[in-house]
Amino acid sequence: MRPADIGLRRGLLVLFGAVLLAGTSVNQAAEWQLGELMQLLAQTKSGQARFVERKYIAMLDKPVESSGELSFSAPDRMEMRTLKPKKQAMLLDGNRLTLEQDGRQKTVSLQSYPEVAAFVEGIRGTLAGDRQALEKVYKVHLIGTPARWQLMLVPREPSMSRIISGIRIGGSQGEVSSVAYDHADGDRSEMQITPVARP
Amino acid sequence: MKRLRAHLPIVLWLAALLACVAVIARTTFVADLSAFMPRAPSERQQMLMDQFKDGIIARLIVVGIEGGDAAERARLSKALSAALRQQAEFIGVQNGSAADLVLDRAYVFDNRYLLSPAVDAQRYTEDGLRRAIGSTVEDLSGSAGMLLKQLLPRDPTGETRELLGQFEGSSQPPSTEGVWSTRDGARALLLLQTRAEGSDIDAQARTLETVRSAFAAIPDRPADTRLLMTGTSVFSVSSRALIESEVHRLAAASLVLVVALLLLVYRSARLLGLSLLPMLTGTLAGITAVSLGFGQVHGITLGFGTTMIGEAVDYAIYLFVQRPATPQQARLFWRTLWLGLLTSVAGFLALLGSGFPGLAQLGLYSTVGLVAAVLVTRYVLPRLMPQHLPAPDLPRTGELLLRLMRQAPRLRWLLLVLMLGMLVVVGLHVDRIWNRSISALNPVTQADQQLHEELRRDLGASDLRYLAVLTAADPEQALQQAERAGSVLQALSRAGTLAGYSSPSQVLPSLASQQARQAALPEPAPLRRRLDAALAGLPLRAERLQGFLADVESSRTRALLTRRDLDGTASALLYDSLLIPRERDVLVLMPLRPPIVDQTEQDIDIERVDAALKADGTRNITVIDLLAETNALFDSYLHEALLFSGLGCLAILALLLLTLRSVTRALRVALPLACAVVCVTGTLLLGGTSLTILHLVGLLLVVAIGSNYALFFDNTNTGSSAQEQRQTSISLVTANLTIVGSFGMLALSSVPVLAILGITVGLGTVLALLFSAILARPQTGLPQAASVESPA
Repeated sequence: MRPADIGLRRGLLVLFGAVLLAGTSVNQAAEWQLGELMQLLAQTKSGQARFVERKYIAMLDKPVESSGELSFSAPDRMEMRTLKPKKQAMLLDGNRLTLEQDGRQKTVSLQSYPEVAAFVEGIRGTLAGDRQALEKVYKVHLIGTPARWQLMLVPREPSMSRIISGIRIGGSQGEVSSVAYDHADGDRSEMQITPVARP
Repeated sequence: MKRLRAHLPIVLWLAALLACVAVIARTTFVADLSAFMPRAPSERQQMLMDQFKDGIIARLIVVGIEGGDAAERARLSKALSAALRQQAEFIGVQNGSAADLVLDRAYVFDNRYLLSPAVDAQRYTEDGLRRAIGSTVEDLSGSAGMLLKQLLPRDPTGETRELLGQFEGSSQPPSTEGVWSTRDGARALLLLQTRAEGSDIDAQARTLETVRSAFAAIPDRPADTRLLMTGTSVFSVSSRALIESEVHRLAAASLVLVVALLLLVYRSARLLGLSLLPMLTGTLAGITAVSLGFGQVHGITLGFGTTMIGEAVDYAIYLFVQRPATPQQARLFWRTLWLGLLTSVAGFLALLGSGFPGLAQLGLYSTVGLVAAVLVTRYVLPRLMPQHLPAPDLPRTGELLLRLMRQAPRLRWLLLVLMLGMLVVVGLHVDRIWNRSISALNPVTQADQQLHEELRRDLGASDLRYLAVLTAADPEQALQQAERAGSVLQALSRAGTLAGYSSPSQVLPSLASQQARQAALPEPAPLRRRLDAALAGLPLRAERLQGFLADVESSRTRALLTRRDLDGTASALLYDSLLIPRERDVLVLMPLRPPIVDQTEQDIDIERVDAALKADGTRNITVIDLLAETNALFDSYLHEALLFSGLGCLAILALLLLTLRSVTRALRVALPLACAVVCVTGTLLLGGTSLTILHLVGLLLVVAIGSNYALFFDNTNTGSSAQEQRQTSISLVTANLTIVGSFGMLALSSVPVLAILGITVGLGTVLALLFSAILARPQTGLPQAASVESPA
């Protein structure tokens, strides 16, 4: 899409939003904001980042930490490469999820593991700015301002919400800076994401 | 007395017929897949063949459900498996639903300390515990960490993970709506294990019917949903039905065709009836001989045997149409007929040596059948023939044929060009003349084979290409040896030589190993002490691990696991299929999974695996690449077939030389046959077909049958009247048409092996007749007997 097109489209959207705003409630303003956020996110076609994840598990006295690299390229390819403490890689490409550990590869289809799908679709859908994909799996709420927003994703499927009560994705403008999973049993994991400028 | 002598042949003939009928009445007719399963030369190959025929593999049925939407298919899959589990005919029914795996998961988790090869004394020291627990905690930080944490309180040393690691490389079928499905989700899949032996085709047929009626009885089943089934037993049942129906159909069609043709030529019901006598006698004698020689008659032999209709009827045609009148004519006629019989029999006899029971039966059947047919033609028909034969005389047709045949030699240059072309074709395809795959002889249709491939692949059932096979005196020793081999295979899979392996000891370790593991588990007090010490520095406290302490203690003191503990689990299926008690020993099969790189399976270096196992001192173990093994087997049969066809052709040539006493004449007879063989081969190759053993047999039959034509041509042209020549040409064309008709019928068969033979022989015999005519010595008016009789 040419920049001129995007400009035109955004202009139309703002106009459309203004018309709607003229006589409606705050709720619809948030709706508009979600659309706007998705637009922003969708503009990033690819990106690389470093991550640090901490898992808070009740059984353990202190959180366990892992770190590595994260990369995304539109529309549906995402790779998470854990470097510490153990090397591990997870590649999500379309409908295929490939796990690599101890030099072994295993590929599964997301269809076969809906629980896993619900885990990864949230972050991929957000990075891609794919509102439809997100809303298919989660109830989506947006809070905050464009400079500091947070998406709350609540799984629609009961089988999923028995495991995860919610996913919180935080960011600024078109960039995602944190992903947190709240587990149904009270445990949680928090991931900080730092973009890496591409060479 | 004179009367008796005159009637003696007829009396003997009738008595023989009665005897044949008596034998046939008691004959067993079979129609399973065995005719084209070669008798394996080595014990090992025989063992494998037996496993495929009778083993667990032959008892598996893969079921697919098509149509409707995914949710509907899942419902049908669940309903069908629930219904089938009620039936005593099935040992196992699996459809991948979560309920299916509950028992297996519980079995693995509850018995992890007896099952895990990682359990040894070292692991339960303070050091060992620290390392094992530390590694589990580290794993929690990984992407699957949140799923693994549930295991932590009771399994901090990660035995469950160790156990699941053993199954690495074995893929589960994809799952859609909670049940197994094909990759694209368009079919739901189930796996059934029947109680009946794979070779018990009647029982298998009933079992398949049970599945069909259970499916049909599911309430509210949408009309567009369908049931598909595949597996060895499905093949056996369907190919038996197919062979049975084909044999009847082919025999009836051939008979109708031949009768119609004969009526056209003879225009006499009486001659027609007489003509059929040699053929009927030959058929009965052939079946009797096979029944006596092999103990049973294979349906497919009867299928091939319909061609007997075509060949045996020829003798009567030659007799009735050529009508040798003078004693000299008669002598020449019978000599030619006997010679023709001998050359045919030389070809068929060669088949007797074949390692394929189906071909050996065909050889015996045809040999005996043809001899009987000629005997009846020689000794019975002349006595039943009316003195004044309503001679079948078709002067115009005969004249036309004769003229055509006289013109035929002009086509020699065309034949030369054709032969050169065909030789080039054969030369260009020399590397793929032979089809080396054993499935080329499979009586199952291509479509069925393809469906089988698809479903099997979707089910992730590895195609059992690589196997480590061992034998032991009893199950306990078998398991111990499997464990020993297993540790070598485990090391090889870590090194990437294989992706993994399956072994019965993975689901049920030997009693010795279980005892050793129990002995390695510490008593409660020392375990508690070591655990406390090991946890220092780890973010985990001992009071959270009470479940672990309790589980270790109960494993330490419990009764050892036996086969009975597996009842009802999918693991039982694995165990039973890999550990097979036999009469005198126990056989263990350990399938090896090939490594996968970039989604493609790599070959396993079996010599390396074999060397590693031998280096470890494991005896009685062999590593087999089944694909290579079956191909080698097939190659050896191909060589065998080449040898016997070669010998058959040599025998025919020798016969010709001996009786014709002239190299030139023998070559004149043999040349058209050689041309026909080259031409058929070239045509098949041009059509994209690679030759199998059956094509080779077909070519041998072309030589055996075609030699008759060449002989009569040779005969005709050595001085006979125009009338005789005309009659001969009619008889040859009629005889050829009956052969082409009956083999042509085979070519239409949907049983691949019958079709192959039909096409090869049908085409070959037409060409043999044509080429014989073209290569016959041109009629220059005066017979040149003098030069012909010159000795070789």
